[in-house]
Amino acid sequence: MKKHLQNVGFWCVVALIVIVSVFPFYYAVITSFKTGTSLFEVDYFITSFDLANYAQVMENKKFLRSIFNSVLIAGATVGFAMFLAVTASYALARVHFRGRSLLLMSILAVSMFPQIAVLAGLFELIRFLGIYNTPWAMILSYTIFTLPFTVWVLTTFMRDLPIEIEEAAIIDGATPWNIITQVFLPLMWPALVTTGLLAFIGAWNEFLFALTFTASEEQRTVPVAIALLSGSTEFETPWGALMAASVIVTVPLIILVLIFQQKIVSGLTAGGVKG
Amino acid sequence: MARKSGAASGNSLSAQRKRAAFWFLVPMLSALIFVAAWPLLRTIYFSFTDTSLTSLYDGRWIGFDNYLSYRELSSGRVIWKGTLVDPAWWNAVWNTVRFTFISVAFETVLGLMVALVLHQNFKGRGWVRAAILIPWAIPTIVSARMWGWMLNDQFGIINDMLLSVGLIDRKIAWTATADTAMYAVLAVDIWKTTPFMALLCLAGLQMIPRDIYEAAKVDGVHPIKVFWKVTLPLIRPALMVAIIFRSLDALRIFDLVYVLTPNSQATKTMSVIARENLFDFDKFAYGSAQSTLLFALIAIFVSAYIWLGKVDLGGNADR
Amino acid sequence: MAQIKLTDVRKSFGAVEVIKGVDLDIRIGEFMVFVGPSGCGKSTLLRLISGLEEITSGDLEFDGERVNDLIPSKRGIAMVFQSYALYPHMSVFENMAFGMKLAKSSQDEMKDRVTAAAEMLQIDHLLDRKPKQLSGGQRQRVAIGRAIVRDPRVFLFDEPLSNLDAALRVATRLEIAKLHHDMNDVTMVYVTHDQVEAMTLADRICVLRDGVVEQVGTPEELYDSPNSVFVAGFIGSPKMNLLTGSFAEGEGCETLGIRAEHIDICPPEDGRWTGPVMHTENLGSDHFLFVDIGTDEPLIVRQPGKQKIAMGETLGLLPQASMLHRFDGGGRAISGA
Repeated sequence: MKKHLQNVGFWCVVALIVIVSVFPFYYAVITSFKTGTSLFEVDYFITSFDLANYAQVMENKKFLRSIFNSVLIAGATVGFAMFLAVTASYALARVHFRGRSLLLMSILAVSMFPQIAVLAGLFELIRFLGIYNTPWAMILSYTIFTLPFTVWVLTTFMRDLPIEIEEAAIIDGATPWNIITQVFLPLMWPALVTTGLLAFIGAWNEFLFALTFTASEEQRTVPVAIALLSGSTEFETPWGALMAASVIVTVPLIILVLIFQQKIVSGLTAGGVKG
Repeated sequence: MARKSGAASGNSLSAQRKRAAFWFLVPMLSALIFVAAWPLLRTIYFSFTDTSLTSLYDGRWIGFDNYLSYRELSSGRVIWKGTLVDPAWWNAVWNTVRFTFISVAFETVLGLMVALVLHQNFKGRGWVRAAILIPWAIPTIVSARMWGWMLNDQFGIINDMLLSVGLIDRKIAWTATADTAMYAVLAVDIWKTTPFMALLCLAGLQMIPRDIYEAAKVDGVHPIKVFWKVTLPLIRPALMVAIIFRSLDALRIFDLVYVLTPNSQATKTMSVIARENLFDFDKFAYGSAQSTLLFALIAIFVSAYIWLGKVDLGGNADR
Repeated sequence: MAQIKLTDVRKSFGAVEVIKGVDLDIRIGEFMVFVGPSGCGKSTLLRLISGLEEITSGDLEFDGERVNDLIPSKRGIAMVFQSYALYPHMSVFENMAFGMKLAKSSQDEMKDRVTAAAEMLQIDHLLDRKPKQLSGGQRQRVAIGRAIVRDPRVFLFDEPLSNLDAALRVATRLEIAKLHHDMNDVTMVYVTHDQVEAMTLADRICVLRDGVVEQVGTPEELYDSPNSVFVAGFIGSPKMNLLTGSFAEGEGCETLGIRAEHIDICPPEDGRWTGPVMHTENLGSDHFLFVDIGTDEPLIVRQPGKQKIAMGETLGLLPQASMLHRFDGGGRAISGA
């Protein structure tokens, strides 16, 4: 009997965890299917299935432009960071030189920077380069967190590759560049995908820089567009459209996260636990 | 006869590798200096000037005036000025510290609990783990707006739930009321970040060898005692790292507060107030000073943590 | 094809000196085995020769040319690793051809050399497979094949058999012996902790201990006239009997050594040593008798044939006088004994 009660209790806890995790998203989905006055009635289950909100969002040129901006910026940032990080992490993981751990600690420290601390200086730099209110401002500024992150995670992955394979390649006449491009990269692509995905999500979600370095609606990224989407008064906030937009930008992320679940967990722990 | 060889010679393997490493690191380090170190130094420099947003290059050096200065009036009264005597700043500091402490404490405890549940073998565990990843995957801004809708005073589902259960007797404007705004921010942050903590704790748990538990089971040790005496000490290192990462994140929080509770004195954090001064109130130098202070606070926090952590780790024989 | 000469070679990792001045000549076409207990520096010495590890001081010459500062691929060496170290994402062919590909050899030449090596090792039907589709023994052949394709003047083996099971180990050992026979102008250096491997494969053995060469010589030399207690105890199975105290004093030395097969059995009253048999081991072709004559460890006596000796029976033992090994207080052999 006691065992039975324990079992019931356990499953209640599991159910609670799942419901609390999923409910806000579920509720956003329900809301996004409602229009007119039914929006303002509280429902716990789907009562209507009206795609008008989605149609409205997809017809909104400015929102589509924001999605394009976000994809472009996050993609470029991640590509740039990975390009620099792969060679750098080889040096940090595989070559012995003095000051290596100090360097690694400094890189970790940069990833812990409060972004506000560089905001004023970055603003000046971006103004000086004449890239204010362009995607370049974000591509440049996002490097501050994507680059240390990718370097750190790839370094921990690369450290785990077997040393004898590298030595065999050295004997075969491979230069460090050959080793990276022809031996390590083919072995590391799962790690690369994971790291790139995590960095992409980080860049996709960034808000402070995107808010500060854009002025016109056309240049906004998705988070800024969603944050600033509102009517003139609280009652005019287009909740239905807002939730539809939220669902649109979240669903691809959720799908990606579910597909790469296993890998993401290992990437997060590589970045976290081994620190 | 036996010539000394080593680092001095340019052709050996390690010399070749060191040379390659140097060129591999240069682009990455220059990028970081360009986007991180230099802007940080400029921010600190601005904090000692009277630079304004409209004329970035006309600032004059005014020493510590943005931090603290005083003026003696002819009547003999002394007037103090600067961030360090600004009640709005100290309010933000208090909000930030309070937020960090409470959110990290809750996330750690809840994360550990979720991790313990997920560490059990049960049917559908993969699905549960996938479910808890959802809050983490949703962009902060999006979750702020989702929760903003759920916490809406007129039409929000949270008020509806609490009313029907009888926990409250009238609708509450959670995000707009000074008394409850911080709770709203805390709730959303805890909801969003507990999964991260849970996954890190779970990774820590999975590194504990199974036979330790089996030995405890054979010895008939009570599960709660096993948790305190075996599990917790073993995952402590992983937990400590997770806590520091989370604390650093919480100390610099901006987006959630900015979107969920705009312009609320009750939740305004250091990042929010600094940005407000930098760009909204045209007190660029003053905002820079506040940014610098936040940076200094985090730097001190990290050094203290690493220092204390090291002292602690030294005591652990198995490290 | 290469003669290797080491002159006062030293290697330190930080403050710790691991190789403490090694002088050694390895002849052209010779099969040299480095053997010793773990931590003796044998693998480090091999890595110094390969160039994977940098020599702290001293000279390493290949055919009279100093190669201390030459990167491994320029030394004309090939190496077979303990863990095979195949490239997991490449096929067997690509694994074997990788070095030639880096050297920008022509496709035809690559194909010829890889095929020739593969036929020699009978792995030509596996060329399209990935390493993970191969058995342990096949992987080791591929690793050897990769080394052959490099057409090296020096072949280095770092404990290549220790990841294989016992049966495969013997088979691969024969394979390597055959390889040495077929490529008789290639110098081979082989590291192992297993003295049986050393005895069966080597032209000459170099016994290392704590970063110093204890003795270099042919297997027979090391077996018949070890120059120290350490070598005496390390080479040969079963171990040489080493007696101290009054047993040794009678011969005018600190330690007295005698191999199991150099002890004759006689009636107790005629024996120089006597004692009861504590234990016997029957290996089929011969017996090992463990006799308690009052030493710390029982004396091992080899008895050919099937002659039955009961446990507890007291035996007299007579060492063959010419086969006694005498060592001084420092563990060195006393010459002219």
